[in-house]
Amino acid sequence: MRYEAVIGLEIHVELATASKLFCACRVEFGAPPNANTCPVCLGLPGSLPVLNAKAVEHAVKAALALNCRVAAVSKFDRKNYFYPDLPKGYQISQYDLPVASRGLVEVVVGEVTRRVGIRRVHLEDDAGKLVHEGPAQATVAEAVSSLVDYNRAGVPLIEIVSEADLRSPEEARVFLEEVKTLLQYTAVSECKMEEGSLRVDCNISLRPCGQTTYGTPVELKNLGSFRSAQRALAYEIERQAQLLDEAGRVVRETRHWDEARGVSIALREKEEAQDYRYFPDPDLLPMVFDPGWVERMRAALPELPRQRWRRLVESYGLSPYDAGVITASQALADFYEDTVRAGAGAKAAANWVMGELLRYLNAQGTPAGEFPTTPDHLAELLALVEAGRISGTMAKSVFEEMCRTRQAPSQLVQSKGLEQLGDRTELAPVIEQVLAENPGVAADYRAGKEKALGFLVGQVMRKTQGRAHPRLVNQWLAERLRER
Amino acid sequence: MSITSEQTEHVAKLARLALAPEEIALYTRQLAQILAHMHVLSQVDVNGVEPTLHVIPDLANVTRPDASRPGLGAELAVANAPEQADGYFRVPRMGKEG
Repeated sequence: MRYEAVIGLEIHVELATASKLFCACRVEFGAPPNANTCPVCLGLPGSLPVLNAKAVEHAVKAALALNCRVAAVSKFDRKNYFYPDLPKGYQISQYDLPVASRGLVEVVVGEVTRRVGIRRVHLEDDAGKLVHEGPAQATVAEAVSSLVDYNRAGVPLIEIVSEADLRSPEEARVFLEEVKTLLQYTAVSECKMEEGSLRVDCNISLRPCGQTTYGTPVELKNLGSFRSAQRALAYEIERQAQLLDEAGRVVRETRHWDEARGVSIALREKEEAQDYRYFPDPDLLPMVFDPGWVERMRAALPELPRQRWRRLVESYGLSPYDAGVITASQALADFYEDTVRAGAGAKAAANWVMGELLRYLNAQGTPAGEFPTTPDHLAELLALVEAGRISGTMAKSVFEEMCRTRQAPSQLVQSKGLEQLGDRTELAPVIEQVLAENPGVAADYRAGKEKALGFLVGQVMRKTQGRAHPRLVNQWLAERLRER
Repeated sequence: MSITSEQTEHVAKLARLALAPEEIALYTRQLAQILAHMHVLSQVDVNGVEPTLHVIPDLANVTRPDASRPGLGAELAVANAPEQADGYFRVPRMGKEG
């Protein structure tokens, strides 16, 4: 039978704050174990939580960027379960009154524009980290014992829950990228998947094409990257389709994605919400969001990726694709616009930012948002090309040098004598020499073999270390060969 | 209000309580009585009454500024742990339940 996949995502995002959600312990990746802990985040008796104002602000900003409605009143609830990474025996989360709900994100996949609903955005505290002891790389089942680090316990998170509006693994990946870009633009999170500051769980069910009711959902966990989410979903579609064809049913469960082996493994039966015995946290007071304050938060949002994308297409004349590549990162888009503001042509700047700059960043593995050169230097380099002072090929090596030394391109061109040779009196002797050395090739050209000219131009370029102006060399060589 | 012994076993498991069969019977009876008592409350007409979010009325948005300060530090944090290793708490391996 042919099936349609129905996918919804839960995205956990660590908020960019200096301190934890309910205590003043430092939020810091890679600190020594349990260095940043206190009675509150260790769940010691008698300790009381106090809410971090910045985390609330970030949650509201993220919700607004996701086109959500911010609640008038919101409260915290306790989600009760036992696990060693959860020192209090409950997670402080939100049940029936989340910070925001009913949002919308548009994603474009190929020709399809999909409107993906955001069911809710809520605040909660993160759990600690477990290291399993036992045989090297022990799984939970093989571990002898576990070591617990509570540095992450109490770090502020938002959970973003999408509606089950996604229909393919690719749509899911594009949606994740869109959400990540939105969160980075609003500066509420660094969204570093490699540090676990953005984590994704997928809910996926299949149903026969044309059916409107939903099938049995399976939850996928341990998705280390957007790519692995896409892979895991594709695997799960295959697996569930086979189960439905053969046995007619899928078990409702949580499955663990094994990226190395490319398979998912059953972890446990999926909990029912009632098993968490949610109840309002009596230690925390409600949040009441004043509409005027919410509007001020909205007004303070930066230009979001969609708006920026549209503006780059409309006012810079970029292609939708180019504008998409550039606006995928706020830092890259800033770099691009600053380069244009410094005088570079919109199209030339786009080509360089997407070409040489991205290539350099990828090759060097430069951290996101850090650049090896400045928009002013790039604009200056493009001006040198524009004025014919250096060739396009030469510009690429000047760019490399510029990134390596952080020197201005005009300085580099001067100090290294890279300026393009466009002076006839300087080039004429080189042309004569090349003709003298290659009489056969010159004769071929005169005999009508036009391609031979290319070889001679190449020889001139070589003798000038690429500095000669190729178009002028071409012209002068042809003129010289026609003389006899 | 009635409650089955399976429900008692289930909530006991969620609370990590190991109950003997006679305890299950005892608590099933007691829980049924408690639920019956609570049922009286659900008969009150609460139309038009705002749910109480907190026992302290008219107090909301109590926050602190986002400033960090040093915590206990690892040594003190794990000082009373039954088992510890290199600043970590050491706990028994998890059961299959996870």
